[in-house]
Amino acid sequence: MFENLSYLALQHYWWAIVALLGSLLVFLMFVQGGQTLIYVLGKSETERKVLVNALGRKWDLTFTTLVTFGGAAFASFPLFYATSFGGAYWVWMLILFAFIVQAVSYEYRSKANNFLGQRTYDVFLFVNGLLATVLLGTAVATFFTGSEFYVDPFNRSHWETPFGGLELAFNFGRGQTYLNLSLGLAVFFLARTLAILYFMNNVDDDTILGRARKKLPANAIPFVVFFLIFVIGILLSKGFAYDPVTRKVFMEPYKYLHNLIQMPVVGIIFLLGVVAVLFGIYRAWFHFDKCSRKAIWISGIGTILTVFGLFLMAGYNHTAFYPSVYDLQSSLTIENASSSKYTLIAMSYVSLLVPFVVAYIWYAWKSMNKTRITTKEMEEDDHAY
Amino acid sequence: MNGVDIALVDWSRAQFALTAMYHWIFVPLTLGLSFIIAIMETIYVKTGDEEWKKITKFWMTLFGINFAIGVATGIILEFEFGTNWSNYSWFVGDIFGAPLAIEGIMAFFLESTFIAIMFFGWNKVSKKFHLASSWLVAIGSNLSALWILVANGWMQNPVGMVFNPETARNEMLDFWALLFSPTAINKFLHVISSGYVLAAVFVVGVSSWFLLKKRKIQFAQRSILVAAVFGLISSIYLILTGDESARQIYKVQPMKFASMEGLYEGEQNAPLVAIGIMKKAPTPENPKADEFAFKIEIPNFLSYMAALDPNAFVPGINDMINGNEQWGIMSYYDKIEKGKVAIGALRDFKEAKDKGNKTKADAALKDFKENYAYFGYGYYDDPHDLIPNVPITFYSFHIMVILGMHFMILFIVVLVFLYKDRLKNMRWLQYVALWTIPLVYLAQQAGWVVAELGRQPWVVQDLMPTLSAVSNIDKSSVIITFWLFALTFTVLLIAEIKIMLTQIVKESKNEGGQ
Ligand code: HEM
Repeated sequence: MFENLSYLALQHYWWAIVALLGSLLVFLMFVQGGQTLIYVLGKSETERKVLVNALGRKWDLTFTTLVTFGGAAFASFPLFYATSFGGAYWVWMLILFAFIVQAVSYEYRSKANNFLGQRTYDVFLFVNGLLATVLLGTAVATFFTGSEFYVDPFNRSHWETPFGGLELAFNFGRGQTYLNLSLGLAVFFLARTLAILYFMNNVDDDTILGRARKKLPANAIPFVVFFLIFVIGILLSKGFAYDPVTRKVFMEPYKYLHNLIQMPVVGIIFLLGVVAVLFGIYRAWFHFDKCSRKAIWISGIGTILTVFGLFLMAGYNHTAFYPSVYDLQSSLTIENASSSKYTLIAMSYVSLLVPFVVAYIWYAWKSMNKTRITTKEMEEDDHAY
Repeated sequence: MNGVDIALVDWSRAQFALTAMYHWIFVPLTLGLSFIIAIMETIYVKTGDEEWKKITKFWMTLFGINFAIGVATGIILEFEFGTNWSNYSWFVGDIFGAPLAIEGIMAFFLESTFIAIMFFGWNKVSKKFHLASSWLVAIGSNLSALWILVANGWMQNPVGMVFNPETARNEMLDFWALLFSPTAINKFLHVISSGYVLAAVFVVGVSSWFLLKKRKIQFAQRSILVAAVFGLISSIYLILTGDESARQIYKVQPMKFASMEGLYEGEQNAPLVAIGIMKKAPTPENPKADEFAFKIEIPNFLSYMAALDPNAFVPGINDMINGNEQWGIMSYYDKIEKGKVAIGALRDFKEAKDKGNKTKADAALKDFKENYAYFGYGYYDDPHDLIPNVPITFYSFHIMVILGMHFMILFIVVLVFLYKDRLKNMRWLQYVALWTIPLVYLAQQAGWVVAELGRQPWVVQDLMPTLSAVSNIDKSSVIITFWLFALTFTVLLIAEIKIMLTQIVKESKNEGGQ
């Protein structure tokens, strides 16, 4: 069935899959957000244990989604994989180190004789929560603001700064840096907001939830502010367009705004997403008793839609999704960075497994989540983190 | 050589080796222990005997501790192809990316979803569902091994693809050729069975320590029974698949094959060096130097291993460097020539195409296609740069094989004395079992050293050497990350070992078992 699609259609299909994985990842980073709240919401050892364990049953899913995102990007847009990972070396290394130390922390933090002590593992969790959200957000922002690289005629890429991507977050002489960081911070506060909603759904403890509710505005408001700065910033600025025939890349004023208008479906997905995120927060804040358990679903689905819309805005409608500000013509598009048609077809068959995967994850979690986590359970479970 | 900084290549290789070897400390135990646990839990569900549940849970605790650090060390490998080998990622990403993505979609989600049920679901889901989850974890982890080994197998024996000069990369032609390449299949079977053997040795060894301490005798003996049976079957399989791997190498990587045996001058009826100590390698000035200070040989056996024929000719390193007309072997000097033609033709093709000169482009393309099979050789001037480190390859191979025999014999002996009910009093055998644990880890690392050092300098056999695969980044960045990885992984390893030992001691003193 995929054989009948054109090369271009397959490239669009795969960009949508990458976008979907990316948006799932941003949603699932509520785990990271939660890791930065353990000591804010948990004032005693047991309370912290409850929080850690609530997150500890989901962290692997976030992690796996990140890995799969990497694999899918490699398989479908290898030139992007090569350029971004090899170029923004230090950004990715920091993200990876943050995930390396996370992976052991849940399992080791409360085990006897764990060498570094529980506090250290909790610090690892915090560091992961901070770096992963801010840096991944920054990395996504560069889809709109561009990086400095050059692709030679043999399609080998060369990063043109010695800072390995750190300039994207720390070169304060360049206006785009502020946009990049805005999205980074927006993701950070969004992750914390979603974490609070997740705890409301998953934890059964009035003291903790009371605190969580109080902390909601302090995270939701900065999220909205930073998100608006970013969105308004890119909608008003020039974007990286290319000519579908000559493939020449050029700067188009209001490109991303045009994308939203010219692709109404994408525009609607994006707006619907934003509204859902805000609506979930609003319900949890003002109608806590009725809605607090459902809010994570509303805001979570909203997050997925919003980020999905953002990705499509960056890659569809003849837009260069990984632009180079060093050499405009080196910018990557879904047409020049993708795998061969054969590989995209083969991988498309594999993608049919995705709904099946989602189904069993859903089923497994439903059978596990019948009851919420309580302090009592923590004291009895011999495998609790 | 294109102005590539060799120190950058070496540091990038060192970093990959470091991270991969660390990762490989933990993976084989995951591969094997997951099945051993699933078997133990099956016995529990079938018999309803609570002691089996305790046994299952204990090994599951150790599994969890090991799994966490396996995940931690694994994530970097998924991204390192991009961060440190970005030219590789473009050159073959069209083929190599697919198995990695499939691994994520098919295997990692399966593993991570059901592992949560395995650990936290004892009181939340039914016995049957829990058991199914344990099996799914085992299947998931082994599936992930399949895909990454398909990827590795393809690098050793690139099949199912064609080079596209327009995009300057290799593109996939046949997915099934990739998946069912004999190199990939053998690798997969050899590697998973090596994991089973490692886990079996681990369980037998730890349980023997219980016996040495005279604690929880029944608990230990039951664990040993399951593990030793599983280990014996796996070790036979391991030897068979290893043998088959050797035959594949003889066909597709003869240089590796010669290095594994330290064979410089090829011969018919080649003997196998069973045990040997290497001396000086022959040099161009002194080609007849004897490379062994000491050796014990099995006559004809190398020829037999290579081609199931004692008369088969096994080419030596010098035959490949200098060529051997009698046996139709092209010299590396000629291959280098052809490789240079291919590289030049690709450049001419690009230039001619940009200038719109079709005749010239077509001619260049023809030259290119005729010589592409030797593309990677063109990066070199001296064939001697194309020889892997022979002593390391030789010793690693022999250590692996000798230890393989040792494991098989150990399982047999342990089972015999367990059956006669004498194992619990045989302290020497308990000590041997315990001290075999480090040896099985050694054999694992040795295996990868053979596979990876033995194929140097190739990332993709004959097509791409490491020096053209590396990312164009600053050497100092790689040096810093190398040391960061060394430090982080070492600290985590120490933590893991301490936690594990503590859990083992705790369990041995745990009241209630027998
Ligand atoms: C006893 C007979 C054995 C033989 C004949 C044998 C043979 C081989 C060969 C020829 C390779 C190289 C494959 C390649 O480069 O493509 C290899 C690799 C390897 N071996 Fe063994 N081996 C044996 C035992 C073991 C044992 C006991 C272990 C560990 C417990 C082990 C673990 C490995 C691993 C991890 C690799 C690397 C993966 C691979 O390339 O397949 N082997 N073995």
